Amino acid sequence: MSAPTTYRQPLSRLWWLKKRTYFMFVLRELSSIFVAWFAVFLMIMIFAIGRGEESYRNFMNWAGSPVVILINVVALAFVILHTVTWFALTPQAMVVRGPGSRQVPAMKEVSVAGRRMTAATVVRVGGRMPAGLVIASQYVGLAVVSAFIVWLVLR
Amino acid sequence: MADNIQMRVTRYDPDRDSEPTVTTYEVPLRRDWAILDGLNYIKDHVDTSLSYRWSCRMGICGSCGMNVEGEPKLTCATFLTDYAPGPVRVEPLTNFPIVRDLVVDIDDFMEKLPRVKPWIIRDDDVTVIDGEYLQTPVELEEYKQFSNCINCMLCYAACPIYGLEPDFIGPAAIALAERYDLDTRDAGQRERLDVLIEREGVWGCTFVGECTRVCPKQVDPAGAIQRYKLKAAQENVRAFLLPRGAR
Amino acid sequence: MTKRRIEPILWLLFSGGGVVAAVFLPILILLFGLAIPLGLVQPDYNHLHAVVSYWLTRLVLLGLIVLMLFHAAHRLRYTLHDGLQLKRLDKPIEVLTYGAALVGSVATLLIVLTV
Repeated sequence: MSAPTTYRQPLSRLWWLKKRTYFMFVLRELSSIFVAWFAVFLMIMIFAIGRGEESYRNFMNWAGSPVVILINVVALAFVILHTVTWFALTPQAMVVRGPGSRQVPAMKEVSVAGRRMTAATVVRVGGRMPAGLVIASQYVGLAVVSAFIVWLVLR
Repeated sequence: MADNIQMRVTRYDPDRDSEPTVTTYEVPLRRDWAILDGLNYIKDHVDTSLSYRWSCRMGICGSCGMNVEGEPKLTCATFLTDYAPGPVRVEPLTNFPIVRDLVVDIDDFMEKLPRVKPWIIRDDDVTVIDGEYLQTPVELEEYKQFSNCINCMLCYAACPIYGLEPDFIGPAAIALAERYDLDTRDAGQRERLDVLIEREGVWGCTFVGECTRVCPKQVDPAGAIQRYKLKAAQENVRAFLLPRGAR
Repeated sequence: MTKRRIEPILWLLFSGGGVVAAVFLPILILLFGLAIPLGLVQPDYNHLHAVVSYWLTRLVLLGLIVLMLFHAAHRLRYTLHDGLQLKRLDKPIEVLTYGAALVGSVATLLIVLTV
C-alpha cells in the first residue's frame, strides 16, 4: 500500500494581516524605512550646513514644505513605535545583571591546537535586573540624550 | 448557559480527500469541559473515525496541540465555555502537514530537536558511583524556565518564519539548546553553536515574539533565541579576532 | 573552532543601529525634521556649523548614521525576504539593501570629513 498523502497547509501571502500581533510586527519592521529616510535627511542636512548659510536655509525651506513635514510627522510616529517596542523587548532579549549576581565554576568546551576539550571556567549567575528597571533606565537614557542634544543645538 | 455548542472540526481522510473539509458537530456545553472533552464526546458518541492526539489531559505531555479559533492551544487546557455561544473552530496546528483530521506530521521537529544536542555534554568519565553533579538553586534558576518546554509545538504553529522557511530550526529547539548551554553542568556550548550559527539556526528569527505569546508553559523561546544571537555574535567576533589556536 | 560567519556581524550592526535609532532619532526628528523647519526654534547658523564641524560631533554623527543605515538595511532585507517569499530574489535583496547602506556610509564619511 502506498504511503498516504499528507496535506501541506498553504501559507497565504497575506499572513501578516490575519492576526493583530502579526500586523503590529510588520509595522514595527517597516519603521526601518523611516530610520533610513531620516538618516539620509541628516546626511543631506549636514552636507548643506557644510556648504554655507544659504544652502542651509534652502535645505530648511525644503524641509518646511508641507510634503516633507508630513513625511517627518509620519517618520516621527514610526520612530516612536520603534523606540517603544525596542525598549520593551530589551529585557527579554538580554540579561542585565545587577549587584546580586556572582561567578560560579562551570565547564566550557574549548579548542586547543585544533582539538576540542573541556576546561573549567566561570559563569555569572543570578542578580538579574527586573524587566521594569531595564525598561525604565532606557527611558532615562533617552531623556538624558534628548536633553543634551536640545541644549547643544539651542544654547 | 445554552445546552450545546457547535464545534467546527477539520476532517481529512488521505485515502479519500484531496483537501481538508469542515464538519460541524453539536456538543454539550458543560462548564468544566475543555475542547478535548468536546472532541472525545464526538469520537465516543457521534463519529468514531475522528482522529486526534491526546494523552495526559493536564497540560504536561504536549500531545493535544491544535488551532482553536485560529490560535495554537493545548486543547486540554482550553475551555468550551470560553467560546460560548460558539461555534468554535478546531483545526490541526498551522505549519505542519496534515496526516489525518487533526493529526499533523511532526517528523520535521523530531529531526531538528536532536540536532541541537539537548542533553548534558561533558567529556569527563564520571559515573553514578562517583556521586551527583552539584548545582545550587541560583544556578538552576538560570535555565529552569527553558526546561519547562513540553515539546507541544504551539510555538512552531505560531511562528510565521517557520511557516515561510521550513528549514528554520524553530523556537523550541533553540530554547532547549539554550537550556543546556545555561546549565552549569554542561560543556557542549560549542557543538550547539556550530549548528545554530547557520542561516537556518537563530538568524532566521526576526523576533516576532508569537512563540512566547502562545507558549502554555511560559518558556519564552523568543527571549532564548535573542540571547542566543548575542552569545553567537560574541563568539563569532572572537573567532574573527583571535588566532586559530585560541578559538 | 568556531565557524566564522558574516551574519552575526550584520546582526550586531542591526542591534547597535536599533539602539541608537531608538535613543537619538526621536529628538533629532522633533528638532531638525519639525521644530526648525517650522520655525518654532531658530538656532544660529554659525553655532550649528561650529557644533557639526567639531571633531567629536563628526565622529558621533558618522557612527550614528552608519549604524542606522545598516539597521534599516538588515530589517528591510528580512522584511522583503519574508514578505515577497521568492528565493531567487534573496541575493539581489541582500546586494540592494547592504549595498545601499555601504554607499550611504561612504557618502556620510565624505560629508563629515568635508563639512
